Amino acid sequence: MATPRRQPDPVSPSRHAAWNDPRVRSLAFQALAILAVGWFFWTIFQNTLTNMENRGITTGFGFLENPAGFGILMSLIDYDETYTYGRTFVVGLLNTVLVAALGIAIATVVGFVIGIARLSGNWLIAKMALIYIEVLRNIPLLLQIFFWYFAVLRALPTPRQSVDIADAAFLNNRGFYVPAPVLGDGFWTVLVALGVAVAGSLWLVRWARRRQDATGRQFPSSWVALGLIAGLPGLAFLVAGAPLSWDYPALKGFNFQGGTRLIPELMALLTALSMYTAAFIAEIVRAGIQSVSHGQTEAAYSLGLRPGQTLRLVVIPQAMRVVIPPLTSQYLNLTKNSSLATAIGYPDLVAVFMGTTLNQTGQAVEIVAMTMAVYLAISLSISALMNLYNRAMALKER
Amino acid sequence: MTTFTPKPALPPPGSTHGPLAWVRANLLSSPLNIALTALALWFLWLIVPPIVDWAILSADFGGSDQSACASEGACWTFIGVRFDFFVYGFYPAEQRWRVDIAFLLLGAVLVPQFIPRFPSRNWVGLFGLTGLPLVTAVLLMGGVAGLEPVESSKWGGLMLTLVLSYVGIVAALPIGVVLALGRRSEMPIIRMICVTFIELWRGVPLISVLFMASVMLPLFLPEGVNFDKLLRALIGIIMFQSAYMAEVVRGGLQAIPRGQFEAAAALGLGYWRSMGLIVLPQALKLVIPGIVNTFIALFKDTTLVLIIGLLDILATVQASIVDPSWRNVATEGYLFAAFCFWVFCFGMSRYSQALERKLHTGHKR
Repeated sequence: MATPRRQPDPVSPSRHAAWNDPRVRSLAFQALAILAVGWFFWTIFQNTLTNMENRGITTGFGFLENPAGFGILMSLIDYDETYTYGRTFVVGLLNTVLVAALGIAIATVVGFVIGIARLSGNWLIAKMALIYIEVLRNIPLLLQIFFWYFAVLRALPTPRQSVDIADAAFLNNRGFYVPAPVLGDGFWTVLVALGVAVAGSLWLVRWARRRQDATGRQFPSSWVALGLIAGLPGLAFLVAGAPLSWDYPALKGFNFQGGTRLIPELMALLTALSMYTAAFIAEIVRAGIQSVSHGQTEAAYSLGLRPGQTLRLVVIPQAMRVVIPPLTSQYLNLTKNSSLATAIGYPDLVAVFMGTTLNQTGQAVEIVAMTMAVYLAISLSISALMNLYNRAMALKER
Repeated sequence: MTTFTPKPALPPPGSTHGPLAWVRANLLSSPLNIALTALALWFLWLIVPPIVDWAILSADFGGSDQSACASEGACWTFIGVRFDFFVYGFYPAEQRWRVDIAFLLLGAVLVPQFIPRFPSRNWVGLFGLTGLPLVTAVLLMGGVAGLEPVESSKWGGLMLTLVLSYVGIVAALPIGVVLALGRRSEMPIIRMICVTFIELWRGVPLISVLFMASVMLPLFLPEGVNFDKLLRALIGIIMFQSAYMAEVVRGGLQAIPRGQFEAAAALGLGYWRSMGLIVLPQALKLVIPGIVNTFIALFKDTTLVLIIGLLDILATVQASIVDPSWRNVATEGYLFAAFCFWVFCFGMSRYSQALERKLHTGHKR
């Protein structure tokens, strides 16, 4: 017996007005959004053109070819007043990259140390790490930069009364003078030896792992690799007749000559940036280590792994998965925060290009766009790199 | 017949109980631990006595100018003399009662949020998000109801910092929610606009945003229209922080199971009602810690306005330090400003941790 099936309505399915159709509405909304955004930018564009015309500013990037005519405190490449505005852009960019790279390296090391100290079984050490974290991350970075620059480094003695570190490095209110390495003729042999040692170590580690997978026999590859990397260049150095000398800073008149000078602006910025970011990294590291369940540690012990091996082979690889995404955003924050350099006069991209160059040329639109594009590019490339690393470390489910 | 009388229980052995055992377990449990303790004690011995001596024992408190600071220690006189400047900036002295009332109102809104059983706490909070900014704006700007107008260029100090961060917080949250919803929208063009907006602001430093707000915004506006400098900085801060807020809210939206959206649709709720009544209340509750963290970041970031020439608390300190009538007071000034920021930020982070604990009703490891 067949149940009577309901026949489809001969009349068309429920009629509705076009404005009740979700597809029509969505199209209408999007069209409206495009119109609104388009109108917004069109208005801005028109206003900008009118305003620039009234102020007599010409558009275009031609100004990059003009001579800059101002000096810059610190430059990694050749620069003086006769170079162009385009060159000031490169100088500023390099200074930004320098401070960001150094800051990331220092902040990572300090942050990991503090983060591990925060979990120490020693009550005093754990509390001291806690105080470091809670104090530094709750005070604005700009305030910390000012503190290091105006309160600490300005209060250092004059060059004649410098703080003397082993007669080689001198600290005073004009900066930190350290010996500069002078490379001799045969120094390339050391570099070649270093390259050979690194390549050899890589091969050795792979060979040892493959042998352990196949036969189960272990090989102390990390010790041998360490010996190789330290020994081979050392040997080459001696064979080539020690082709390295140091240029020591020395007091001549009122200031130091020779050596390398770290300007106080760089030191203040670097200290503040890395100590501030280290407090955040420490919290990330702590959270990462705590996220690995205690059962993992116990399982490793019951398999007979020693505490060091447990940490290295079981806990850290799992903690890194939790640590990496927030660590990436801290690196990005540090890079962006390095632009606070402009407040104390360290010649970074914002200070040199968006500051002095903009004031001299008045090319606000081009300069702001170029500067923002640089930061966007740095941000996107750091996050792309870290995403690659993250993918390599991610949970591989089988 | 003898009755059994138990002897009183022995106290726990000293090695597992009491302060001595605590010291042994937490400070001296292994050779490495002993070495660490010694190192930490040596470090503390090195830094704590000089700091206490400088800040308290040989510090100067009274007096009214540089001559009162003759000793080796800190010159707290400087903070005392300049305190009004640090709090009010150049706000006219006879009008400062208006700022005081605004501070009191802010306190009256904030304090109940820390007391769980305060009557009609949520209504107070709602007033804080809607009515308070308006009342405060009228109070501080003046020009109506017989209040003398005070230009925003005279605002400064702690008051300006609080105005910037409060307005920033109140405006960035709703804009952030709308952006997060747009980023998860099913309309590709809306989604694209929101993603571009968010990633663009998040990819650049706040200082370049502020530069843009102060240098380029006047170029964008039609002839004759001009914004107040404070308003320009506020627009920059709000745009910047709402992008961060959007990402936090998006995290909450992603954590809501699909069934909730579908159930809301099955009940016949439209988009806005299903979001407003079903999804957002759950999502926002999930990400309260993240939202508070964004507030903390915003609060600290307000210091950057000094670079475009606004006089926030750090700028008032900076201006007082370089004043030639005071010498070597940089450390004292910065410590004072740092303490002000620290109190607010630490308070907020404690509040967010307490909320997190309260809302964390699942299993704890």
